[in-house]
Amino acid sequence: MEKYSALKLIRHALGSNRKWPRAWRKAEPAARYDAVVVGGGGHGLATAYYLASRHGMRNIAVLEKGWIGSGNTGRNTTIVRSNYLWTEASLLYEKSLQLWEGLSRELNYNVMFSQRGVYNLGHTLQEMRDIERRVAANRLNGIDAEVVAAEQIKAAIPIINTSRHARYPILGASLQRRAGVARHDAVAWAFARAADALGVDIIEQCEVRGIDCQGGRVVGLQTSRGPIATGRVGLVAAGHASVVAAMAGLRLPLESHPLQAFVSEPLRPLLDTVVMSNAVHGYVSQSDKGELVIGAGIDAYNGYGQRGSFHTIEHAMQAMVELFPCFSRVRMLRLWGGIVDVSPDACPIIGTTPVRGLYLNCGWGTGGFKATPGSGWVLAHTMAHDAPHELNAPFGLDRFSTGALIDEHGAAAVAH
Amino acid sequence: MSQAFRLPVGGRIRRDEPLEFTFNGRTLSGFAGDTLASALLANGCRVVGRSFKYHRPRGIMAAGAEEPNAIVQVGRGQHAEPNLKATQVELQAGLEARSVRGWPSVNFDLGRINDRLGGVLAAGFYYKTFMSSAGSWHRSERFIRRAAGLGWAPTGSDPDRYESRNAHCDVLVVGAGPAGLSAARSAALAGARVLLVDDQPELGGALLACRDTIDRMPAKDWLAAQAAFLEAQPRVRVLRRCTAFGYHDHNFLSLVQHDLTDHAVVQRLWRVRAKQVVLAQGAFERSLVFPNNDLPGVMLASAVSTYIRRYAVRPGCQLVVFTNNDSGYQAAIDWLEAGGQVEAIVDCRDDVRGDLPRTAQSMGARILTGTVVAGARGRSGLRSVEVAPAAGSGVARQKLQCDVLAMSGGWNPAVHLHSQSGGRNQWQPEPACFTPGNPVQAAVSAGACNGVFGLRECLAQGHQAGQEAARRWGFEPAFDEASEAPAMQSGALMPLWRVPEMRGRLAASKQFIDYQNDTTLSDLRLALREGFEHIEHIKRYTALGFGTDQGKMGNINGMALVAEGLGKTIPEVGTTTFRPPFTPVRFGACAGGDVGDLYEPVRKTPLHEWQVENGAPFEVVGQWLRAHYYPHEGEDLETAVCRECLATRASVGIMDASTLGKIDVSGPDAETFLERLYTHDIARMSVGRCAYGVMLGEDGMVMDDGVMARLGPERFYVTTTTGGAANVLSWMELWLQTEWPDLQVRLTSLTETWSTIALAGPNSRQVLRAMGCDVDLEPEAFPFMTTRTARLENEPVRLFRISFSGELAYEINVRSDRADFMWRRAMAAGAAFGITPYGTETMHVLRAEKGFIIVGQDTDGSVTPVDLGMNWMMSKSKDYIGRRSLARPDCVRPGRKQWVGFRSLDDRTVVREGSQLVQGDTLEPPVPLLGHVSSSYFSACLGYPIALGLLNDGKRRHGEELLAVDAGGGRTRVRVVAPVFYDPEGERQHA
Repeated sequence: MEKYSALKLIRHALGSNRKWPRAWRKAEPAARYDAVVVGGGGHGLATAYYLASRHGMRNIAVLEKGWIGSGNTGRNTTIVRSNYLWTEASLLYEKSLQLWEGLSRELNYNVMFSQRGVYNLGHTLQEMRDIERRVAANRLNGIDAEVVAAEQIKAAIPIINTSRHARYPILGASLQRRAGVARHDAVAWAFARAADALGVDIIEQCEVRGIDCQGGRVVGLQTSRGPIATGRVGLVAAGHASVVAAMAGLRLPLESHPLQAFVSEPLRPLLDTVVMSNAVHGYVSQSDKGELVIGAGIDAYNGYGQRGSFHTIEHAMQAMVELFPCFSRVRMLRLWGGIVDVSPDACPIIGTTPVRGLYLNCGWGTGGFKATPGSGWVLAHTMAHDAPHELNAPFGLDRFSTGALIDEHGAAAVAH
Repeated sequence: MSQAFRLPVGGRIRRDEPLEFTFNGRTLSGFAGDTLASALLANGCRVVGRSFKYHRPRGIMAAGAEEPNAIVQVGRGQHAEPNLKATQVELQAGLEARSVRGWPSVNFDLGRINDRLGGVLAAGFYYKTFMSSAGSWHRSERFIRRAAGLGWAPTGSDPDRYESRNAHCDVLVVGAGPAGLSAARSAALAGARVLLVDDQPELGGALLACRDTIDRMPAKDWLAAQAAFLEAQPRVRVLRRCTAFGYHDHNFLSLVQHDLTDHAVVQRLWRVRAKQVVLAQGAFERSLVFPNNDLPGVMLASAVSTYIRRYAVRPGCQLVVFTNNDSGYQAAIDWLEAGGQVEAIVDCRDDVRGDLPRTAQSMGARILTGTVVAGARGRSGLRSVEVAPAAGSGVARQKLQCDVLAMSGGWNPAVHLHSQSGGRNQWQPEPACFTPGNPVQAAVSAGACNGVFGLRECLAQGHQAGQEAARRWGFEPAFDEASEAPAMQSGALMPLWRVPEMRGRLAASKQFIDYQNDTTLSDLRLALREGFEHIEHIKRYTALGFGTDQGKMGNINGMALVAEGLGKTIPEVGTTTFRPPFTPVRFGACAGGDVGDLYEPVRKTPLHEWQVENGAPFEVVGQWLRAHYYPHEGEDLETAVCRECLATRASVGIMDASTLGKIDVSGPDAETFLERLYTHDIARMSVGRCAYGVMLGEDGMVMDDGVMARLGPERFYVTTTTGGAANVLSWMELWLQTEWPDLQVRLTSLTETWSTIALAGPNSRQVLRAMGCDVDLEPEAFPFMTTRTARLENEPVRLFRISFSGELAYEINVRSDRADFMWRRAMAAGAAFGITPYGTETMHVLRAEKGFIIVGQDTDGSVTPVDLGMNWMMSKSKDYIGRRSLARPDCVRPGRKQWVGFRSLDDRTVVREGSQLVQGDTLEPPVPLLGHVSSSYFSACLGYPIALGLLNDGKRRHGEELLAVDAGGGRTRVRVVAPVFYDPEGERQHA
């Protein structure tokens, strides 16, 4: 792998950029792998990278139906934070946040992780109670968090509407200063490039059509590019997780919903942090290109179409104008949808399954992007050891039968 | 400056209405009917913007939505509008516009230095650097952000108003060019309800700059006749300045009508459900890729024609046309007619023999066949082009002086809405463009957006599309012929995605594909070299198509060049996804009128006025405003609440409980239905009985609670929490409609029909008596947890003897229109007892003293009724939603979180709500969290603070000491106690 650096940029520029190598090889599927990750999004690629770099498994492949990063990795609003309520969830997301903090350097690829802080607004007394509770829990778990008053919010974000006469006046917020945003596509490319350099085959345009099991264990995959023999399969298919899992006879407690987001035309910098609101439903940041990146609410119906309802967008616009009156004359440039796989407790499912050698990583719902490296980290551990890492042990599929749920609807209710 | 480039005659501008405007501080003039772009060209403004990355000077290139360069800021302050395309801004008197890029000015931009660093700043350079240390991105990002963005967001709130409207029609026709007008006409003649929309201020589309004849009259006369006809039809609605920007599922389209002047509303969102849609949005001309193809003066050929014919502006003196098809010749013809000089028409084709080339030639234009423009030259504007042979047959390499280059690389049908509707596109090798594939919704494309470019053919196809759309909904098409235009001979287009590479300085010059984002040919090649081969990867890596022209100008060229680089065909490469909106849409227009005071309805109870009169601050609870407390002169929240609590427990308090949800559940199966939803035994409730009920989710967790009363064998009156009312009704409807349609049950929301006045305290019975209550109120006759109909103050009411305070208490349900009367009478009747109104805060304290939960405050979706100690109300003899989940191992595990009380050890400190409970004093993260405090108050009645919450294994920990740590790090020592602080035997409520 050719190391990227400012010096290299100059050297290659002098050669008219004609000698840059491929970021990752165009791999052909081999007949057999030690492990296969199904799904070439950020989570799948991270899994492969950590399998190769931390667990020494080099004969592995990532299979992607389309192009890598084409699912929710390339469709989210790029928010990264770890201020979840329950200890189990916050420790998992915090692991991820810590990995984010060193990710560009580890992967030698600038994923533009920008720790510009995330404000979660509170508009009612109950929301403020919930914020107090979450912040207290975060701090005891070693996660940076603070409660800020409306005046502090106004000082930090002058364009925000903190009028007491607003329909849902801002009473305060939680602030996680280490939280922020990252460049979503780059995360997939960075993991792909680093995994590829360790020998991982990244195979695009390769759709999994069947999972071969014998005697209760996985022996291989049927793909659009032929059969692949392998004893370990990690399913990391997000919105299509239930579809792929069904190939192994698993029925997952997931509902797939459309979730939409949009950007404005590029504007001069006016919002240097991330603002999320539940009661006035929406969340926004401004990209380095100047576009306001805004997330809408989830559509109530189930579906696999990467498109949602327009009234959801109308509501998101209303929320944005309510929070930031000066956005009213700004224009929407692009609107898109993704499919989110929502579990009953708004927490992911990561772990082993009743089929030996088959591992699940799904159910991230509206909040998977922030977990990309952490998710890969724990799934890689799970696949390498055939047993969960301590961080994902509470997130097994069996929790829906035991009832040991980790209900994050409160902290995760804002799609993010 | 006078309008030096304005033609003395012609155009559709209104010369009798001159307008003054400013651009970058200079005062200029134009005419009504101009766009900002045409007025700028008339005034000779060549440089109107700077490119995003390299800060290269840029001029007006197009005449419509595909303009990538002429991005301006219009207005200032609250009235500012960022990022408008000058080509779409209608000129108005006093309009203030300025360029959005360029520092210190658009004509001299220091950022131009980036242009010299081109190789270092190639596509994706930022992924490869800024990571030398942990903080290097953090530091660099600040500078990068400073360079970001186009225009400036307005300051302050928006003075404009918006509204949204719904519309239905048989046929929606999008685009009022020749095809759209014909379609609208034939559909209307068949009797269909037609909605015709066009984004321009005038109907006509391409006809506005057309020199042909239709039905043997000049196109503009035909256009006027069609417009008049359509306007006169009662079943046709014509919307000008209306852009269809989204095509959603089920033939639902979103439209925005802008620059409205007839109402207070400035923009209107139309939500249209159309039975049939005719897409007739025309086509966008393609640019050509050659070195320095971004110099001001390089324009689309069709834009040159439009400026001359529609706006009477000839944007230069010496023209060179560069084309690969016949339509480019139109610009030369118009230029010559407008008195300009045509240096040459450079055509990459060897064989040129269409009608338009013939006309151009007859007018004296020099045609260089088999030749290309190998590059353009100039500093801040085009000064010359260099031509060279396309393959070997053309003229020798030479320089041609010119100030405008009109280029035509062919046409891209506007397949955007078709694509948004879910349709695929297919590549047509002739004439080298994507056209709509089979429609997947009830739509048909006609005219240029369907790949049909001749006027005659557009008219015919539009006519047929209109008839067809009407026929599909049963309208019999009238006998009516399509309008006719003369047949035209035109030669085939020769695809030309780039020009042969030259040696010398031009070889190092940039060739732009996406102008706004400065995506060049070498960026595409770099992306391919690095393995970004899927067109979506290339788009994301090079920013191709991410500009505010949304790729209208450059995308197809980019895809073709990617295909070339990969050795694939264009259809193999395919297009990126066409996403809504078709053109950028204001947030305000999408938000409509539901902003500010109308953001969400404010619900007020019928007693709201009295509460305002009596100085109550309000708490937002769901959509409701509830009186929070009733301060006396000089009281704060704390002192007022203490007074209200003491008065209620000592004598009597009165409270507005009208916001609680009330649902009438009736029908033969009402009992069965409620049995399945609530945990307690409904069948055991006799008529007149009340019962506290808890509703669980399918996961067994508490979802809502409230008191229900049995009013008859088949009738129940169910109350819910304030915030949960709508959810509970939906939940009930969901089960009734989707799972148990066999049950005969009717659900009626009575939340606003009835108002609820709660009287609590030992003297509440006396107050009722003083109000002339006509039923026996003695405990034996009207015991706790029963209901009676009664008359109070001669009004019919329903009395519930229930208590959320632990006191003797009644709730008076009264018709909402008599609630204010009843409240005032109760106040009068209670005066003798010192009746004290109290708000939600006192209600919270009183219930906390009794250990009653508030769903949503004390529960969080992870709490079972067992955790709350409510085993007594969970039936063992029936099934109900959530019961099965309660049998799961984790739900019966000992040591779950349980409902407990807390007392501060110092008996002074009120623990902050939300505090977490931990053991021991060393707080080394991660500290095991044992539970949290959900409710905490100072109890005036008890004289010490009380708190409630959930604690691991809480029931067995009574007496233990723990540390409560709040969000600010504050620590309070607490002792775990039973969750009932006041009257644990419950004697008072039975009094």
